[in-house]
Amino acid sequence: MNLASAFRYHWNVHLIGPTVLRAVRWREELFSAAPKGWLMEHLAPPLRINPRMHELVSRHYLRGRYAHLRDKVAWVTSGAPSEFLRALGFYVLYPENHAALCGTARRAVELCGYAEDNGYSRDLCSYARTDLGAFLAGVTPVGRLPKPDLLMACTNICQTVLCWYRVLAHYLNIPLIVIDTPFIYEHAEEHALRYVQRQLEAAVPVAERVAGRALDERRLRRITHLSKEACELWMQVLERARHRPAPLSVFDQFLQMAPVVELRGETATVDFYAALLRELDERIAHGVGAVRHEKARLLWDNLPVWYRMRSLAELLGKRGAALVASTYTNAWAELAEWIDPENPFESAARVYLHPILNRGTGDKLKTMQAMIEKYELDGVILHSDRSCKPYSIGQIDQREQLFHACHVPALLLDADHNDERSFSEEQVSTRLEAFLEMLGV
Amino acid sequence: MAAICALGIDVGSTTVKIVAIDAQGALVWYHLEAAEPRLEDQTARLIELARRETACADATLVATGCGRGLVGQAQRKVTEITCHARGVFREFSHGGTLVDIGGQDSKVIVITPAGDVLDFVMSDKCAAGTGRFLENTARRLGVSLEEMGKLALSVSQEASISSTCTVFAETEVISLIAHGVALEAILRGLHRSLVRRVAAMVRSVGLTPPLMLSGGVAWNLAVRAMLAEELSTPVVLPSYPQLMGAYGAALIARDIPS
Repeated sequence: MNLASAFRYHWNVHLIGPTVLRAVRWREELFSAAPKGWLMEHLAPPLRINPRMHELVSRHYLRGRYAHLRDKVAWVTSGAPSEFLRALGFYVLYPENHAALCGTARRAVELCGYAEDNGYSRDLCSYARTDLGAFLAGVTPVGRLPKPDLLMACTNICQTVLCWYRVLAHYLNIPLIVIDTPFIYEHAEEHALRYVQRQLEAAVPVAERVAGRALDERRLRRITHLSKEACELWMQVLERARHRPAPLSVFDQFLQMAPVVELRGETATVDFYAALLRELDERIAHGVGAVRHEKARLLWDNLPVWYRMRSLAELLGKRGAALVASTYTNAWAELAEWIDPENPFESAARVYLHPILNRGTGDKLKTMQAMIEKYELDGVILHSDRSCKPYSIGQIDQREQLFHACHVPALLLDADHNDERSFSEEQVSTRLEAFLEMLGV
Repeated sequence: MAAICALGIDVGSTTVKIVAIDAQGALVWYHLEAAEPRLEDQTARLIELARRETACADATLVATGCGRGLVGQAQRKVTEITCHARGVFREFSHGGTLVDIGGQDSKVIVITPAGDVLDFVMSDKCAAGTGRFLENTARRLGVSLEEMGKLALSVSQEASISSTCTVFAETEVISLIAHGVALEAILRGLHRSLVRRVAAMVRSVGLTPPLMLSGGVAWNLAVRAMLAEELSTPVVLPSYPQLMGAYGAALIARDIPS
């Protein structure tokens, strides 16, 4: 990096950008306790920490905007072991998080359209279409995404990512690291653990070559430690929802999970979750529930419906139904105890082999049953997500099992996490209302 | 006419139904007509008609059906699931599995012996397995809705309709006609296709006998017979299958303190 680039990077990323973002945060903290039309009668005001979360995520994208001046850039899948890339100094971008951001900003359909115009089928995952569309058209609500120097796809969430990243590698002509994680039913066999660990170790020289530096193991241990700390704090955040009324809803969790996914391994993320915990404890001390008149407590399975978060929160909140736990947000917390900073590769092999999407449907059912007990839940909403087949497969049987074996009512709700064209307002609201009537709320 | 106590209106996709009940919950007056594009005006007109004809200016009103949100005068809006279950339970005084085949969706509702909804499923984003499926093909074949069930049961031969989509099934029907397949066999095949979809929904929640049928399609003899055959259990019908949603809504309205 030459002196002019260094100055430009420092000026934008460390001086001007953060000052502007801090001013935006202060303004949000001072003037907008709740968005216009917020149902204060039924819902608690948004968490006070929201502006800080916006600032944290915006700073990440701001860094990305100028990353080419200083850092090498890696694009990785949401379930990828990214700690060693951070230790090598990569700026790490999660296209799935970017797609979710496009979904909440109601820009996903437009971006999916660009991908579809280029021949990508509507049957593909809407995250893949959103990002491929943004990439092909050069359009994004975050201003500019840094072009990657390296790609890393881990198959522990789905097989789509493999094809998606191969397409990117083809367009960009850059190296692609694939971490293949064999599907497991409950616990990984020894050979599977060794297989993944070997792949991780083999990936290091590839990444080192792109980064132009050697991996500093001490730095890797420090980053892995911060990752573990963030995931453990995230678990504590989720567990605060065991209180009645739950101080945060799953909708809050969907928003607050961004740092643990894309900024794991950073001190700011650990500080952020510590602050979030303090706010939740304050709410608990004052008896404030995310849903003011909590009558029923529910579990949400699968990804969020990013473009309908508020209307769904209102529909449920008006009737006193609180979504308090989710298998999706739990996925970034449940494996925290296995992260071992002293054995970063060995523990990463175990952790990244075990996400809920890489485990059998029977095991997923057990996870849901444990959550029902832990959070004292009255019902389950199974979002049958057109885009996420691995998450949705088995839900019909799971619904039946929940109902017959656990006596917990469950609703199957057809939608899509990012593509609004697969969302039918009337059908969704009728099903939800009927479900709540059935629960007696 | 007995003193009217409550009104229920079911604003469906194909028809709008309004009923009035007395203090004992007996159905004493009803009106049914095809749904119009301007549903808001239509429901206001029908409520006025009900109030005028039954002389019940102050009766409480509950709205149900997919257009329930448009009934501004309703004291409460309740989903079809709850209303159908309530109406049917009042009529039979026992639980079971209720299949409601409406104009544009189908539902299967499991009702407890105490009359509560235990579980339900609804058809999704597709008109196959609904009244619209039969309506479309009846029109294409030039057969009245009343006749089509009888004609389907008049033969044992059955054309295979492989498509599960209403639009594609219509194309398939045209092709079968062109190949000289008898009209009755085509109709039987169409009914089979619809009934299999509904039976699969029943199996997905688990059949708790008796099997009850409501909705306009309940009048279709072939649907009744074939559903009983497909699920190996007799099908029972309420006196007014098409009015069960509105009737259930009126029963809920009766419980609202005025």
